[in-house]
Amino acid sequence: MTIDLTRLTIAGARDALARGEFTAVELTDAALAAAERARPLNSLITETPELARKQAAASDARRAEGRAGKLDGIPLAVKDLYCTEGVLTTAGSHILDNFVPPYESTVTAQLFAEGAVMVGKANLDQFGMGGSNENSHFGPAVNPWRRRGDTTRLVPGGSSGGSAAAVAAGIALGSTATDTGGSIRQPAAFNGVTGLKPTYGRCSRWGIIAFASSLDQAGPIARDVRDCAIMLGAMAGHDPKDSTSVDRPVPDYEAGLEDGIKGLRIGVPREYRVDGMPAEIEKLWADGIAWARDAGAEIVDISLPHTKHALATYYIVAPAEASSNLARYDGVRYGLRVPGNDLNELYENTRAEGFGAEVRRRILIGTYVLSAGYYDAYYLKAQKVRTLLLRDFEQAFGRVDAILAPTTPGAAYGIGEKSNDPVAMYLGDVFTVPLNLAGLPGMSLPAGLSAEGLPLGLQVIGRAFDEGTVLKVGRALEKAAAFTGRPDVWW
Amino acid sequence: MSLDNATVAKIARLARLKIDEAALAPMAAELNQILEFVEELGAVNTDGVPPLTSVVATQLKMRDDVVTDGGYPEKVLANAPAAEQGFYTVPKVVE
Repeated sequence: MTIDLTRLTIAGARDALARGEFTAVELTDAALAAAERARPLNSLITETPELARKQAAASDARRAEGRAGKLDGIPLAVKDLYCTEGVLTTAGSHILDNFVPPYESTVTAQLFAEGAVMVGKANLDQFGMGGSNENSHFGPAVNPWRRRGDTTRLVPGGSSGGSAAAVAAGIALGSTATDTGGSIRQPAAFNGVTGLKPTYGRCSRWGIIAFASSLDQAGPIARDVRDCAIMLGAMAGHDPKDSTSVDRPVPDYEAGLEDGIKGLRIGVPREYRVDGMPAEIEKLWADGIAWARDAGAEIVDISLPHTKHALATYYIVAPAEASSNLARYDGVRYGLRVPGNDLNELYENTRAEGFGAEVRRRILIGTYVLSAGYYDAYYLKAQKVRTLLLRDFEQAFGRVDAILAPTTPGAAYGIGEKSNDPVAMYLGDVFTVPLNLAGLPGMSLPAGLSAEGLPLGLQVIGRAFDEGTVLKVGRALEKAAAFTGRPDVWW
Repeated sequence: MSLDNATVAKIARLARLKIDEAALAPMAAELNQILEFVEELGAVNTDGVPPLTSVVATQLKMRDDVVTDGGYPEKVLANAPAAEQGFYTVPKVVE
């Protein structure tokens, strides 16, 4: 075989499968071999080779009968926050020890219905809480990229670090991920791949282990904008089992991709020019603005005045919802149980041992801000500021069709470099968190390399349920950026 | 607003998280660092601003209040750390 089956895009593999250039079994075997070779990256918590081969064989049989779906035979990694029937699901935490869901999440069920093949369950920060993957009970996934001339192991970002690393390392053509405060876009940026956080309500959250229910949203990480469009088309849609999933038609996201952005108004928010922003991020952003202008877009200076309060708002709302959602882990119905002399001790022992340090920290903060006497000062106040953040975006979208910003204030860093300072870690979410608070869609695409040779991402933000414009702008920038970088295989 | 050890112990109790006496002070320091970070919100003028309850203006769907799922206790109990005769089991809670 002359082509490298692990480096194809989903669209490329789909078309080649349709032409009969190779089989789903061959494509899957290549992915599984890549997964085995890439074990030092620790991007998969559980490999599922037997299931994958079975699904691939079934895919080839379907194709022979002319019944191939939109993702038939495409090897994907599934973030280990999605419940998968009969396959160990960990949320990256010790507290779900040996949990094998008897049901399938709606999003993975939809992907499988379109013929997708699952190569394994991707590593993550416990319950999605973290931006570096260092909060995984199973050890951090490792970024396939390294600094030029340096063998330091770098974080893949988080929380969907394993999902992004698996795509960058050739283990899967695409991954499912989730984004509560940047957990799709930041790891996509750190790994030189493309990730899309859809509008809140676009994809069903049913069967996805909950972190912060008003912020969590499922979305794809893949090699390019088109592949994100293809995956989103299969993942999105109303689900009677998630009352917050919105019942509106799922457009053909691939159809409008090449329409161009001539005449579109693209906003550049002045508040995103934060103090101490590295010059290379400034440059990346300026490049993006120039590319959009060259493609015929009109650049508009906009203001999102409450941006500076987004992180503080997020770090009240997210822990509050987490403390409530994570109350279900009681050592009684599933997962870890640590005995105690009475029921309360059983709960307390189980939860102390089962949750990692960052999860315990967030549960405590969340419990505090929701507790009697503090609810108004913290949680209610944060929800009011959230209204102001949403109004900022609504006003901006009266004047522009999309917003352009960096994804992160810097490139991937070394494992252990920031892990002792939770607040420093939180600051990395500065450009991603506002969208979650406002429920808006956003995508990160690789647009350049840092001085050290690491990928950097640009972020496109859109109106609610206007993923079509986000993808179209992303595609125009992708063409202009012509990013072809990929990590050298050192593992 | 600064948390002392007794408050941390109380929150931990509410959250059903065992925390050793020796861990209270370091945890209080970590939590205070986060609370200090979010304190700035106090300065934002939110007079007359309603709290956000939903980011997407949508009408929740209603459905008939009927059982739509169930009838497989063995699947429900399959992941239980301890189960007997179709029930979860826990340490004795009544004397």
